[in-house]
Amino acid sequence: MIKAILIFNNHGKPRLSKFYEHYNEDTEQQIIRETFHLVSKRDENVCNFLEGGLLIGGLDYKLIYRHYATLYFVFCVDSSESELGILDLIQVFVETLDKCFENVCELDLIFHVDKVHHILAEMVMGGMVLETNMNEIITQVDAQNKMEKSETFIFQSTRQDR
Amino acid sequence: MSPSVPLQEMIRAIRSARTQCEERGVIQRECAAIRAQFRQTDNGGRSHNLAKLLYVHMLGYPAHFGQMECVRMIASPRYSEKRVGYLGAMMLLDEKQDASLLITNSIKNDLSHSNQYVQSLALCTLACMGSAEMCRDLAPEIDRLLRSSNSYIKKKAALCAVHIVRKVHELGELFVPSARSLLSEKNHGVLHGAVVLITELCERSPETLERFRKAVPDLVQIMKGLVISGYSPDHDVAGVSDPFLQVRILRLLRILGRNNEAASDAMNDLLAQVATNTDSTKTVGNAVLYETVLSVLDIKSESGLRVLAVNILGRFLLNNDRNIRYIAMTSLQKIVSTDHNAVQRHRGTIVDCLKDQDASVKRRALELSLALVSASNIRSMMKELLIFLSSCPPELRAHAASGIFNAAERYAPSKRWHIDTILHVLTTAGGDVRDETVPNLIQLITNTSELHCYTVHKLYRALLTDISQQPLVQVACWCIGEYGDLLLKGECQETEAVQVTEDDVLDALEIVLQSHMSTPTTRGFALTATMKLSTRITDNVDRIRSIVSIYGSCIDVELQQRAVEYNALFKKYDHMRAAVLERMPVIQKNSLGQTNGELSEEPIKESQPGKVKQEEMALPQQPAGQVCDLLDLLGGSQEPLQPSSSVGGSASAQLTAAPASAGGDLLDLLGGFEPTPLVPAPTVTVYEKNGVTLTLICERQSESGLTVTLTASNSTDSDISSFTLQAAVPKSVQLQMRAPSRDSLPAHGGAKLTQLVVLNNPNKVNLKMRIRVSYTCQGSVVQDTVQVDSFPGL
Repeated sequence: MIKAILIFNNHGKPRLSKFYEHYNEDTEQQIIRETFHLVSKRDENVCNFLEGGLLIGGLDYKLIYRHYATLYFVFCVDSSESELGILDLIQVFVETLDKCFENVCELDLIFHVDKVHHILAEMVMGGMVLETNMNEIITQVDAQNKMEKSETFIFQSTRQDR
Repeated sequence: MSPSVPLQEMIRAIRSARTQCEERGVIQRECAAIRAQFRQTDNGGRSHNLAKLLYVHMLGYPAHFGQMECVRMIASPRYSEKRVGYLGAMMLLDEKQDASLLITNSIKNDLSHSNQYVQSLALCTLACMGSAEMCRDLAPEIDRLLRSSNSYIKKKAALCAVHIVRKVHELGELFVPSARSLLSEKNHGVLHGAVVLITELCERSPETLERFRKAVPDLVQIMKGLVISGYSPDHDVAGVSDPFLQVRILRLLRILGRNNEAASDAMNDLLAQVATNTDSTKTVGNAVLYETVLSVLDIKSESGLRVLAVNILGRFLLNNDRNIRYIAMTSLQKIVSTDHNAVQRHRGTIVDCLKDQDASVKRRALELSLALVSASNIRSMMKELLIFLSSCPPELRAHAASGIFNAAERYAPSKRWHIDTILHVLTTAGGDVRDETVPNLIQLITNTSELHCYTVHKLYRALLTDISQQPLVQVACWCIGEYGDLLLKGECQETEAVQVTEDDVLDALEIVLQSHMSTPTTRGFALTATMKLSTRITDNVDRIRSIVSIYGSCIDVELQQRAVEYNALFKKYDHMRAAVLERMPVIQKNSLGQTNGELSEEPIKESQPGKVKQEEMALPQQPAGQVCDLLDLLGGSQEPLQPSSSVGGSASAQLTAAPASAGGDLLDLLGGFEPTPLVPAPTVTVYEKNGVTLTLICERQSESGLTVTLTASNSTDSDISSFTLQAAVPKSVQLQMRAPSRDSLPAHGGAKLTQLVVLNNPNKVNLKMRIRVSYTCQGSVVQDTVQVDSFPGL
């Protein structure tokens, strides 16, 4: 099971934080800080697996992370997930974001946090991997966005009618 | 106007804040505006406000006032509002909040909505934060959705079902039939969800596991389809067809095949095929291979397949990619207990990984190396482990040190090697070892009498080089105190001779005493060691006296007490000193925690107080030995008697009481008092002399346990002080003395003194007790012994 998915930049500012288990706000921030602290110390050519986070888990939990340019994508998982599989999942996630945002960069994630959440909701649900096929995910996300846009359009046109 | 624009404006405003304080200000203003807008009823920008609130929540600011708004948004008919509302519910609500109950109904309605995206929102939220009650309410709905024709909904419903099963185990039964039928789906997403659901169901209940074993052929079929089929652009990831699904199915097969011959047989071919056909140049291929290997090793596979699997792991170990090496070591750890020899073949590579720069790889290598240590490779492995210890990252040191100790204890080829290894660890990582190390090492040294000379020389040299590692210093001080004479003799077969003068030794101990790096416990060790040397050296006794008297006014209570006692030993009881400070007897293997069973009741695992108690307990052994001798002199040598000491009573009572008897006031026992009348009354007077009366009440507590209450009173005209009682019983009886209620008896029976003695007589021997009474009256010390042969009330 995936316990948390965090995206933060090289200075530790959170860009996305999704927890699949409930913690209160202070604990969440502490977890983000601690994870950043552990991950930023790592060298460039070491392996992508980290153990030893105290807050978010016990002995069973690992941090699997990937560093892309200015962003760290960190998945906190327990032993029931395949580590190499999660590594691939991160890659699929980033590629999906790239397709959805057209050459995604950090600013896209900052200004469209809700969109990123909706994309993630198509991939991971309740801490479990839902869909890994990029095209499928993008199709669904596009359909939902279209639905939302059509609603506002209707809403606006009714407004103009008044 | 898309809903995100106001959100983006706010984000821009927050980002342009230059300081933390400014940012807080901006956010507080925004939150106030949002709160005001929440209070107004229908306005068009509700979703914007909630989105802004969620952003603020991500940054770490409190957002709980948005919970009710989430509930309202979820109930709204508009999709955009629902979407944000559900997102907010997932982020802000959990089962502990009351608001979460309110959304149950909305979720229920949305699950039957005509629009699949609304249904999916509801499913997603339920899977993320559904409480047990919500799950119970909505489980039938989910089951219905599992049978719908829409594959998008089916896959989400499958994962939602997994969450429900996790929350409420009994509902698993409900989903079994639908799960079974989902296996015949073509859509990979649905298949994936189905496999996860079945995995969860099988892990929870063995009966379900039995039922799903019949599905093994179906699963094998699906896997074969994935492995053999040609390139399928939909599911291809770097050349492997849907690796995620493959990994999931392999894991399920592992669970189904465990401990079951039939199922394992059905999978053997498939696993062999996957193992040989998968391309291992990319990470995806390795992921599938890794899962295959784990499955092969876990089920009852044939031996050829097992060899293949271990070889694959060996290849992984040599891979350049650190990730693969890490994974290989993780899986080797899982099989090291079952396939020990196979893993031993890769010992060299694993030991090399100890030197890797990556901390995660090092950690794995350490665990694996410790598991691979055996009697045949102990010397070479220990060399490697010690090199590792000197350069290992600090978070691994404690683990490495304790692992090394365990290994050394189990497989030490010789005592000398064992002691050398422990000393090496203490010098490199002394600060990180556990607290039992010091007493364990001391015990080990005592038991190796032939190496005392060697050990003390080595420790002395270690002490001279470095006094910052506390455990090492403690052991060194103890040894120097015990075996100082061997050190001063100078010659030693095992190491080169070094001339050590008495002054050098005392200098070394004084440096430890005065150093700011020494903890109070270490200082205690050093002081006791200095004292012990007073009997083993000849010239510098005065120097020792002066050191000891200085500490008589030390602020630390422990040191002060010791110094005062030692001073007393010098002054009043000088004749006792040699006997008190002589060599310690060999400590029994198990008795470090009990020392004859009647002393401290606290478990020895307590760190600092434990260590101090050890020292305290070690010392009274000597005067206790003393008392034993004296009791023998009294003529009671028919049955060997076991001396005792008061629990919690300080060693001073011991030391002052014991030497007093050496004055020779040995009273003739049988003539000293009237024979105890065998009165059926429970209270018996056992001693009456010079106005001091001692009575005894005996009560049986259990099969073999009884308590004896001793009461003393004073009917003379003058006060009595320092009243102490000691008791001795036959060897097989265990005795425990509780602390006395007071230690002085005022004149004319002003107050009575009681002391409780707890006895345990498992062998039901004839119970006798010898009680020694000692007190000070009108300036003179009086001591008396009385023997009680029969206990009333028994």
